[in-house]
Amino acid sequence: MMTMDQGAAPQTEGGEFVVSPHPYATQLRTERLAREAALGSRRETLLYLNGVNKTFDGFKAINNLSLVLERGEMRAIIGPNGAGKTTMMDIITGKTRPDAGEVYFRGEVDLTKHDEPAIASMGIGRKFQKPTVFESHTVEDNLALSLSGSRSVLTALLHKKSAADAGKIDEILATTRLTDKRKRLASGLSHGQKQWLEIGMLLAQDPELLLVDEPVAGMTDAETEETARLLRDIAQKHSVIVVEHDMHFVRELGVKVTCLHEGSVLSEGSIDHVSRDPRVIEVYLGR
Amino acid sequence: MILARFLGPRVIVLVAVLLAAAVLVPAATLALPASSPFHIPAYLVPLIGKYVCYALLALALDLVWGYVGILSLGHGAFFALGGYAMGMYLMRQIGSRGVYGNPILPDFMVFLNWKELPWYWTGFGEFWFAAIMVVLVPGLLAFVFGFFAFRSRVTGVYLSIITQAMTYALLLAFFRNDMGFGGNNGLTDFKDILGFPIQAETTRAGLFAASCVALALGVLVVGAITRSKLGKLMVAVRDAESRTRFIGWRPEYVKLFAFTVSAVMAGIAGALYVPQVGIINPGEFAPVNSIEIVIWAAVGGRGTLLGPVIGALLVNYGKSVFTGLAPEYWLFVLGGLFVLVTLFLPRGIVGTIDHGWSALRERRRAARAEKGESMGEGGVSSQAAE
Ligand SMILES: Nc1ncnc2c1ncn2[C@@H]1O[C@H](COP(=O)(O)OP(=O)(O)OP(=O)(O)O)[C@@H](O)[C@H]1O
Ligand SMILES: [Mg+2]
Repeated sequence: MMTMDQGAAPQTEGGEFVVSPHPYATQLRTERLAREAALGSRRETLLYLNGVNKTFDGFKAINNLSLVLERGEMRAIIGPNGAGKTTMMDIITGKTRPDAGEVYFRGEVDLTKHDEPAIASMGIGRKFQKPTVFESHTVEDNLALSLSGSRSVLTALLHKKSAADAGKIDEILATTRLTDKRKRLASGLSHGQKQWLEIGMLLAQDPELLLVDEPVAGMTDAETEETARLLRDIAQKHSVIVVEHDMHFVRELGVKVTCLHEGSVLSEGSIDHVSRDPRVIEVYLGR
Repeated sequence: MILARFLGPRVIVLVAVLLAAAVLVPAATLALPASSPFHIPAYLVPLIGKYVCYALLALALDLVWGYVGILSLGHGAFFALGGYAMGMYLMRQIGSRGVYGNPILPDFMVFLNWKELPWYWTGFGEFWFAAIMVVLVPGLLAFVFGFFAFRSRVTGVYLSIITQAMTYALLLAFFRNDMGFGGNNGLTDFKDILGFPIQAETTRAGLFAASCVALALGVLVVGAITRSKLGKLMVAVRDAESRTRFIGWRPEYVKLFAFTVSAVMAGIAGALYVPQVGIINPGEFAPVNSIEIVIWAAVGGRGTLLGPVIGALLVNYGKSVFTGLAPEYWLFVLGGLFVLVTLFLPRGIVGTIDHGWSALRERRRAARAEKGESMGEGGVSSQAAE
């Protein structure tokens, strides 16, 4: 048997059988291997930004920015006003196209080639800096519209409410402490409640990665602590990037911190490391 | 019952009223003697029928403007196209009864020395073909126009301007004699529809009933769409378009759907309008017509379904009365009305009533909650006393 096999000569390469010796198949395989080799370091990452640049009317909002997020990681991003934090999220979610640089999701999806709905459907959810909810809908309907599932117009026309959906909505309402507000119009919520509703809408999408821009702006201290708890909870099951100015809140999160300044990374590490960094103190904390 | 709960009481009542009108108005004009206080004079029937067509047109606009936030200033074009499709059928029905007695060619073509029917007139001799075109032509134009406009993310004022440009371009095109639609004079002198003489009281009563039924169907369709999940999505697109995008929806398709359905409704309204007024000419494409539709919807209250219907009926009744008195001032009155409504009644008639009503309910609920709370406290303290 052994000798026969060797005689029939399906070649082995690195212990793997080449099923078809056809030259085209071989070429495809070489290309695949080359691609995987090129993936290299970014292969295991969830989000991979490398050398990203974006200029608005001659102003460099993002300047050679590189940032890597591991799967399952929660990251806090700090930095002075205009550092490019929101612009970075715009680039990741397809709202803004970078002038140069690589932006990869799950190591292989080139996000610069997709638009907002496509990226959202891939599993990247986003909370805006200014809370944006559907004001003339009830809290419940806001969540129902965000639930993951078909995004086809005709399916939406014929959609019937299901018990599974109702269960998910109940769960999210409980998580975001909005159960008793479920029938209220979103326009009637307080600022902090709107922030929570928006986070709830993110959860309803069940994304792999959540981008959360300034979730505690305008919240009371108690609400801020609640939000930190909520985000830590969410981070159990999802990867998260949180942008926040509130250093107390960032400390509560207890995760790796990146400080942006003038569109690139100024400092990165534990909260203690970053807040002791003299450059961070100079441009951000010391002011 | 399930349908009633799904559609809500407002839709059901409106549909019931329209169906009742479809029966009672023809009965009141045909069956009752002129001496009866409930008799409706025959000349009024096509006039009210015209208002009903306008109401359907306003409802069509409400679907895109009120629910999706697309301010179309070109809806008159879809109405006119539906009207022209019907007009072409009616022209072919004249046959050899025209002034020139040509059995195939309409008078205006004989006048232009044309020898045969242009290719795009073929088929219009048949009612079913014309009926399909009434739906297809406006629907297709809206679909193609919307596809490019919404995909390029043209919104707000820019979108309004290009819809206005669209109807203006069609106005210029239909004015041309060589387009083959009767040029300046349009299509008129109709003789009969489906074999019934078009001027006869019974035919007019039938057309009136058909208009009421069409409006009732329109109300049902808009009611069902706006109450579905898609309807909620429409309102979401209207209020926070970019938010819908970041949760994975494609607002351009939501808009395209609404715009196309709305154009089809407008086309049907136009097709019912033409046999009742007896003429269709390029004037129907005039930009000011499209603006009038917006005013009807604004007066009645956009995004309320009932509002635009009421607005169209009221404003057009006002127009009929006013043009009897001082026709040259009507446009000023209309403009003034729009300014007044925008400034003092931004929600329109129905929207204002709705808003007042829900505010009242909210206040009552708050009052009740407060009372409940103090009662609850009382309960606790009395328990504590025990
Ligand atoms: N679409 C745009 N057009 C022009 N300039 C822009 C645009 N978006 C962002 N910028 C500019 O890019 C810079 C970075 O803005 P960005 O919103 O990313 O800052 P940020 O770090 O989020 O600040 P903040 O803490 O105030 O939210 C700012 O100077 C801003 O004015
Ligand atoms: Mg920002």
